[in-house]
Amino acid sequence: MRTIAIIGAGPAGIEAASVLAAMEETEVLLFEKSATTLDNLRDKAFLFPDFSSAADLVEIMEAKLDRDNIKLHLSTAITSVVSTSSATEAGGIMAWELQDASGVRYQADAVLVTTGYKVFDAHRKEELGYGIYPGVITSIDLEKKLKEGKILNAVGDTPKKIVFLQCVGSRDEKSGNHYCSKVCCVTAVKQAIEVRKMLPEVEAYVFYMDLRMWGGGFEEMYREAQEKYGVRFVRGRISEAASTFDGKIQIKSEDTLVGLPLKMSADLLVLMVGMEPSEGTKTLTHQCNCADAYGFATTVNPHLRDNETAQPGLYVAGSCKRPMSINDSLTDARSAALRIAEYLK
Amino acid sequence: MRNLKFGFAISIPRSINMDTADNRLLKQLEEEVPSFKRCMNCGACSATCSARQFTDYNIRRIHSLFRMQQYQDLENELKPCMLCGKCTLVCPRGVNLRSMIMNMRKILTDPKRKDNE
Ligand SMILES: Cc1cc2nc3c(=O)[nH]c(=O)nc-3n(C[C@H](O)[C@H](O)[C@H](O)COP(=O)(O)OP(=O)(O)OC[C@H]3O[C@@H](n4cnc5c(N)ncnc54)[C@H](O)[C@@H]3O)c2cc1C
Ligand code: SF4
Ligand code: SF4
Ligand code: SF4
Repeated sequence: MRTIAIIGAGPAGIEAASVLAAMEETEVLLFEKSATTLDNLRDKAFLFPDFSSAADLVEIMEAKLDRDNIKLHLSTAITSVVSTSSATEAGGIMAWELQDASGVRYQADAVLVTTGYKVFDAHRKEELGYGIYPGVITSIDLEKKLKEGKILNAVGDTPKKIVFLQCVGSRDEKSGNHYCSKVCCVTAVKQAIEVRKMLPEVEAYVFYMDLRMWGGGFEEMYREAQEKYGVRFVRGRISEAASTFDGKIQIKSEDTLVGLPLKMSADLLVLMVGMEPSEGTKTLTHQCNCADAYGFATTVNPHLRDNETAQPGLYVAGSCKRPMSINDSLTDARSAALRIAEYLK
Repeated sequence: MRNLKFGFAISIPRSINMDTADNRLLKQLEEEVPSFKRCMNCGACSATCSARQFTDYNIRRIHSLFRMQQYQDLENELKPCMLCGKCTLVCPRGVNLRSMIMNMRKILTDPKRKDNE
């Protein structure tokens, strides 16, 4: 019997657990710091690239845990992961010991870290007024409104103009994040389409620096947003937002395509917040000496050994490595599970 | 040669105020030429344009200004266009620029212009 510990029950952790648990003589310990699994899916309404329901995906993913040899430990934050033997002592396989926040210890033959991301805290971009003006919200806040099926402006009326701003907390020296968060461009396009479906009278503007439509169907979705849903795209980064006397948000930007400064007021300003390593990710990557400059997990080789860390038996998968979409996180988790299976063979 | 002008002064706005912008002409153009909505501002149209080579005329900038509902003086700015259609041939998003230009002219010079300027 071999025991594999997986830390984080998001899409990546659950997928890897279900693949590994299908093997003989295997037990999976799956740890989740929150009281529920899949928190980063539960707050979403519909998912890119296919507008499928997030609730349906949660249900399917939860069902994958329905096996006797997967032991799910909810409300259990893992705070430490150490190897307790050298590879030679254990016959080629390291022994690992995990400890949770209340000091309970767990033993495992291999460890997979799938501790994921957290969203950028928009309060940090003070000039954009999040937490100061009620008309400034984040993409996560909007997602909740889309889920409830109700979008109102700061004074409780149906909004007429909604502005989306890309790259909040990403590609930004001031936030300390030089990288691109990868999911927010397409999320803005997706949300703008959803808003226009729900409120056909609303004008939707997306302010962008580049539109990074890297995934299958993304560029088509962008085209459709323009053509079918009349979403308007303006190239320029909003430098500041302020409130007007009637509760609207006045924004300042430059339309870099015509080279003119631009002013506009909107009912809602939606900040497309980026992805940062979760606290759990940062703690564990630093402890295991595999943190990059931001605290995401690094691997031995980005092409061929992209789930392995320098320590045998310690693996990483999903958005704890870098910003990733769900399907990329799932694929990455399956590839990590395969690596672990080979290692324990 | 490059800055040759055709007897009219270009007076584009100095800033864009979207709160006073009037989207009716834009909507009219989008109805007449639906492909206009698809533009991704790549600039292939202005790059290939012969008029662009010899004058300040820039069809990409003109349709960007139209999209931002800044119509001021655009009918004059459009004058150098010879309607040769080269821009339509190269556009990667299949925008019918020739039709767009003709319809812009029509909309902008209409005596009953929707924004009553
Ligand atoms: C605004 C926004 C919208 C998005 N929309 C989409 C979309 O429509 N389609 C799409 O494909 N992707 C979307 N994504 C991306 C998607 O959320 C991620 O790809 C996915 O959640 C990554 O899965 P994961 O398992 O790697 O990480 P996570 O979902 O972050 O899961 C990690 C889990 O680990 C747990 N954890 C962390 N630390 C510890 C610890 N120390 N101990 C125990 N547990 C711990 C966390 O509580 C969490 O449950 C979106 C992202 C954002 C920011
Ligand atoms: S995906 Fe788009 S919005 Fe997000 S950081 Fe990258 S460029 Fe900016
Ligand atoms: S070539 Fe087409 S897509 Fe590119 S700027 Fe011109 S009209 Fe737009
Ligand atoms: S039709 Fe007009 S804008 Fe297009 S290439 Fe010819 S001259 Fe230039």
